[in-house]
Amino acid sequence: MTDLRKVNIDGTEIEVPADYTVMQACESAGAEIPRFCYHERLSIAGNCRMCLVEWVGAPKPQASCALQVKDLRPNRDGTPANIRTDSEVVKKAREGVMEFLLINHPLDCPICDQAGECDLQDQSMGYGSGTSRYDEHKRAVDDKFMGPLVKTVMTRCIQCTRCVRFITEVAGVEEIGLVSRGEDAEITTYLEKSLTSEMSGNVIDLCPVGALTSKPYEFNARPWELEATESIDVMDAVGSNIRVDSRGGRVMRVLPIINDDINEEWISDKTRFIWDGLGRQRLDKPYIRKDGKLVAVTWGEALDLAASKLKADPETIGAVAGDLADSESMKALKDLMDALGVKNMDCRQDGSPLGNGPRQEYLMNTTIAGIEEADALLIVGANVRHEAPLVNTRIRKSWIYSELEIAMVGEAYDLTYDYDHIGESAVELEALLKSTKGFAKKLKAAKNPMILIGQGALNRKDGLQILRLCGEIAKKYNMVREGWNGFNVLHTAASRVAGLDMDFLPKNDGLDFTGILDGAKNGTIKTVFSLGADEIAPNAFGDAFVIYLGSHGDQGAHRADLILPAAAYTEKDALWVNTEGRVQMGRMAVPPKGEAKADWAIIRALSSKCDRTLPYNNIEELRTKLFADYPTFAGVNVAPGAEGATDFDPSKLGKTGKVNKAPLRSPIADFYFTNPIARASTVMAECSAVANENMINEAAE
Amino acid sequence: MVELLQDKDRIFTNLYGLQDWRLEGAKKRGAWLGTKEILEEGRDWIIDNMKASGLRGRGGAGFPTGLKWSFMPKEVTNRPHYLVVNADESEPGTCKDREMLRHDPHLLIEGCLVASFAMQAHKCYIYLRGEYVQERNRLQAAIDEAYKAGLVGKNACGSGWDFDIYMHHGAGAYICGEETALLESLEGKKGQPRLKPPFPANSGLYGCPTTVNNVESIAVVPTILRRGATWFKSFGRENNAGTKVYCISGHVNKPCNVEEALSIPMKTLIEEYAGGVRGGWDNLKCVIPGGSSVPLLPKEICDTVLMDFDALREVQSGLGTAGMIVMDNSTDVVAAIARLSYFYKHESCGQCTPCREGTGWMWRVMERMVRGEAETSEIDMLLAVTKQVEGHTICALGDAAAWPIQGLIRHFRHEIEDRIDNYRAGKPVFVSTNIAAE
Repeated sequence: MTDLRKVNIDGTEIEVPADYTVMQACESAGAEIPRFCYHERLSIAGNCRMCLVEWVGAPKPQASCALQVKDLRPNRDGTPANIRTDSEVVKKAREGVMEFLLINHPLDCPICDQAGECDLQDQSMGYGSGTSRYDEHKRAVDDKFMGPLVKTVMTRCIQCTRCVRFITEVAGVEEIGLVSRGEDAEITTYLEKSLTSEMSGNVIDLCPVGALTSKPYEFNARPWELEATESIDVMDAVGSNIRVDSRGGRVMRVLPIINDDINEEWISDKTRFIWDGLGRQRLDKPYIRKDGKLVAVTWGEALDLAASKLKADPETIGAVAGDLADSESMKALKDLMDALGVKNMDCRQDGSPLGNGPRQEYLMNTTIAGIEEADALLIVGANVRHEAPLVNTRIRKSWIYSELEIAMVGEAYDLTYDYDHIGESAVELEALLKSTKGFAKKLKAAKNPMILIGQGALNRKDGLQILRLCGEIAKKYNMVREGWNGFNVLHTAASRVAGLDMDFLPKNDGLDFTGILDGAKNGTIKTVFSLGADEIAPNAFGDAFVIYLGSHGDQGAHRADLILPAAAYTEKDALWVNTEGRVQMGRMAVPPKGEAKADWAIIRALSSKCDRTLPYNNIEELRTKLFADYPTFAGVNVAPGAEGATDFDPSKLGKTGKVNKAPLRSPIADFYFTNPIARASTVMAECSAVANENMINEAAE
Repeated sequence: MVELLQDKDRIFTNLYGLQDWRLEGAKKRGAWLGTKEILEEGRDWIIDNMKASGLRGRGGAGFPTGLKWSFMPKEVTNRPHYLVVNADESEPGTCKDREMLRHDPHLLIEGCLVASFAMQAHKCYIYLRGEYVQERNRLQAAIDEAYKAGLVGKNACGSGWDFDIYMHHGAGAYICGEETALLESLEGKKGQPRLKPPFPANSGLYGCPTTVNNVESIAVVPTILRRGATWFKSFGRENNAGTKVYCISGHVNKPCNVEEALSIPMKTLIEEYAGGVRGGWDNLKCVIPGGSSVPLLPKEICDTVLMDFDALREVQSGLGTAGMIVMDNSTDVVAAIARLSYFYKHESCGQCTPCREGTGWMWRVMERMVRGEAETSEIDMLLAVTKQVEGHTICALGDAAAWPIQGLIRHFRHEIEDRIDNYRAGKPVFVSTNIAAE
C-alpha cells in the first residue's frame, strides 16, 4: 500500500505517492517544470534553482526537485498544500535564475554543437525574459582535458554538476569534480587526465549545455539535419537500445534510447563512438583472390565461384558464424547448409561449450533489471565492466542502493564496486560448494542469490566442468526456483544467443568450431564459409578455401579467398537476441556501402546459384520461417527471465570432472578492439591507446 | 534612564580574560557547579527549562533553542545522535564566540555536556574557525583538563552518561558557518550547504540526527539551568529573553564586547559601553546592527531602536549575531557596502545559481557605483538583482549578500545618486561630510 497524499497544483487537486518530489507531482498534474541540474537517474543536487515553484504560504519559492510531497504541510484549514507553477512569483523566479545563468554564458550558439538540442537554449526561450541587463565583463573559463571523447568548452558550463554526479554515482570513477568556489567554481578532471570510464560519453548527453560535447562529432552536423533511426547496438551482448542519427547515407552519431529493462539511459563509449568505424575499411565490392591478391569482381563471378565451392562434398565444407551476425543471415546460412547437407557448422568462434542444452543454460536468466532484486552475486571469470558495461552499471546500482553482496572467482578487475575476491581459479568453486563460511554463508542467507558466469570461465578445456560446478552452486544455494532464476551466463557476442537459439551448431556427428579448424589444417575441410567470423587467427584455416561474408576488411577478409561484401548493423533490418534471451529489432539507418547487400539476401542469391533456392523472397518471409522453426524469436522485446525455472536443474549442466588451476581470465583483452568495426575506428584506437597509457602509468605508480 | 545589567547577572564573567581561564578559575566563577544534579533532573526537565527560558539561538537566525532540541528523535535508534557546536565565527563584525573560547572555555564544555545529554548524544563536535589558532589551543587544553577531571569522557561528572567531545579545526571558509555546510565539512567533504529538508535533526552528521548550535547558545545553558529559566527570562522583552554578548566595533571610542540584556536601546549600548560614537552621537551615520549580513540602519533609526530580534526586524534589519559595526559621518558607506559585496562574492560556495552568479554581478555594479560610473537606473536594477538572489538560494548566504545592498539603497540612495551626478559633472565623487574628531 503506497502512502498517498493530496496536493493542490495550480488549482487542481491530485493524489500522489508521499515520496514523490513536488516536481513529479507537478508533472503528474500536467505542469511543466524547467530544470537543469535535476536528472531522474542521478542524485538530487537542487543547485540550478530553475525548478522553483511557489508553495502558497511559504516565505520563499521552493526547489521542486528537492522537496518531497510528504514534507508539504497542509494549509491551516486542513486543505492540501497549494503549489503554484504559473504564478507571478514563479515566473519572476524563473526569469531571475535564467538571467543569472545567462550572464556568464558566452551565448555562442552559432558555433556550439549543442545548439538545437540545448536545454539552456530551449528554456531561455520558454522562461527567460528575452533581454539582458548585465553590463559587466563575462567570465571565461579554461577548457579542461577529458580525453579523446569529450570535448569541453567550459565557459559554457552552468555548474549543474550532472557530469560530476554521473561519473561518481553511475560510472563509479571519481574523476570529475567541482573545484573552487563562488563564481570561480569550475568543473574539472583535477589533473587534466583522460576519463577512464567506458561510460564517459554519457556525460555528453547529460550536459544540458554545450560545455561537454562529443569530440569525434565536433562540428559534424546540426541536430535538425539528422535523420533518427531507432535500433539495437551490437558491440556487446547487452543489446542496448540506440538511436542512429544519419545524414546523407552516413551515420553521424549514435545516442542511447531509454529502456529501463536494458540500458536505462546510458550506453557505453564503444556503442556511442563506433560510428567512425562504419565508414572505414569497408568491403564495398566482391573480391576474389587471384595469385595471392584480392581482385574486385562482379557479384555474378563471386557467387558463381562460391556456389562451385559449396557444391562439393558436404563433408569437406564448414560454416562459422561470427559475433556480429544477425539472426536472419544465420538462419539463411543454416538453411543453406542444411539444404547442401553440410553438418559442420558452429556459431561459437571462441570455442564456448554452451548449447544443445535447455535454453536457460546459456541465458542471463535473472535479466539485467532483475539484478536490482538480487541480494548476493557470484561472478565467475568475467570482467563485467568490459564484457558488458551496462550490466556492470546495473550491478553497481544494486550494490549502492540495495546493498548487493558480491564475490568474484577469477582474475581480479576494477569493476567500480567492492567484492570479495575468493580466488583466481575454478578450484575455488569446489571449495565454495563445500564451504559454510565467508561468501558461502552470505549466499546461504541471501533471498535472491545469483551467479554470473563469464565466457572466460567457459571457453576452456574444462569449461563444461566449470559449468557443472556453477550449476551445482546454483542448485545448492537455491538460485533457481519458482519465480526466481539466478543462473546467468554473460555473453560477449551480439550474435551468440540467436545462434544457440536456432541451433547454429554442429549437426549430429558434424564438426564443431575446433573440429572445422583442425579439418582445415589437415585438409579434410576444403571450404569454410565464414559469416563475419573475424576473431580467428589468419593461419588457422590452413589451406582451405575461405568464403568471407562481412562488412569490414579485418582479419577474416585478410585471410579470405572470396569476399562477399555485406551490410553492417546500421545498414540492415535485423533481429538480435541479447544475453537475456530478449529478441529485439534493429533497423536500417543507412544503405549498405557500395555494392554491398544485406547478408541474408546474399545467402539467398547464393542458394539459387547452388540450386538449393531458399524458400523466401523477402525478409518478412524469412522471419516467418524463422518464427515457425524457432518460436522464441517471435517474442520480440521480452526476456524469458524466470519462466520455466521450475523445470530447470542447473546441477545437470556440463560434465563432472576435474577443473584445472589456471586462472579464469576474461576473453576481452582490449575493450575498444573487440570487433571488426571497432578495429576500423580511429576513435576506438585513440581510446585504446589512452587506456593503455593509463594502465602503464598506474602500474608505474 | 535604562538600567544596565549588573555584574551579578552576567553569564560570561571572564569575558575580558582578566581571570584564570583554566578549570580552577572557571570553577571559582561557578562553572561545573552541580552539573551532575542538572543531569539527574533528566532530559525533559532540561529541555522544558530551555524552552521556558525563552533562549533564542545566538548564531544569527534566532530560532528558539529549546524547541530546536525538542526536534531530535525521542528515542535513539540505530543511528547515534550528535551535537555539533558551530564555532566557525566568521561573520564580519562578530567576535563574541572567540572571547568565550579563549576566556571561558569551560562554560562551553559544560554546556556541551548538558545539551548532549538532553539530546541523548554521546558525541559532540566543536567546529572551530580555521583562523582561531590560539582559541584552538585554549579550547583543547580546557577539554583535556575536563577529561582529566572526569567532567567529560566515560561517566561524565559521575552522572553515568558517557560523553566525548572533539574539536575540529576548519580551514577558514565563511560558508562552513552555515550549519549544513559545516556538517559537510566535518564529514570531510567540500563545504557546501545541503538541501533542507531533511533538516539536521532528522539527517545531519553522517546522516544521523544532529543539532547544530552556536557557541553562545550552548555556553549559556548551564548558567540558565543553575539560575533558573525565570531569571534568564527576566531580561529583555517578551519573546526576546535573556542576556546577549554584543560586539561593538567601528567608529566608536572604545570598541568592545559586552554582555547586556536583550532589548537594550542601541544608543545606550554604544554610549555606555563603547565610549560613544567618535565625535559624538550626532556624528553617527549608520550602524550595521547584527554582523555584516543584515541591512544597515541610519542614525534616525539608531536613535531609538532597541537591540533585539523583533525590534530590529520591524525596522527591516536583524539582530543577527549582534556584531554591531558603527560608522560615523566620515564613512564612505557605498564603498563600505561594496567591500561587503566583495566578501560575499568571495565566500559564495558556487553551488547554486543565483548566489554564484548574483554575488559577482552585485559586487561589480557596486564597485562602479563607488566610482560613480553608473546609470541612475542601475540603482533600481541592482535592487532588482538583490531581490532575485534573495530567497532563491539553497542557504542564507544569498540573502546575506543581498541585504546589505538593499539596506544601502533603502537608506542612502541619495548618496549613490550624488556620486553618479558628480562623476558626470567631473567633480570628485565622494567628499567626507564630517571629519572625525580625532
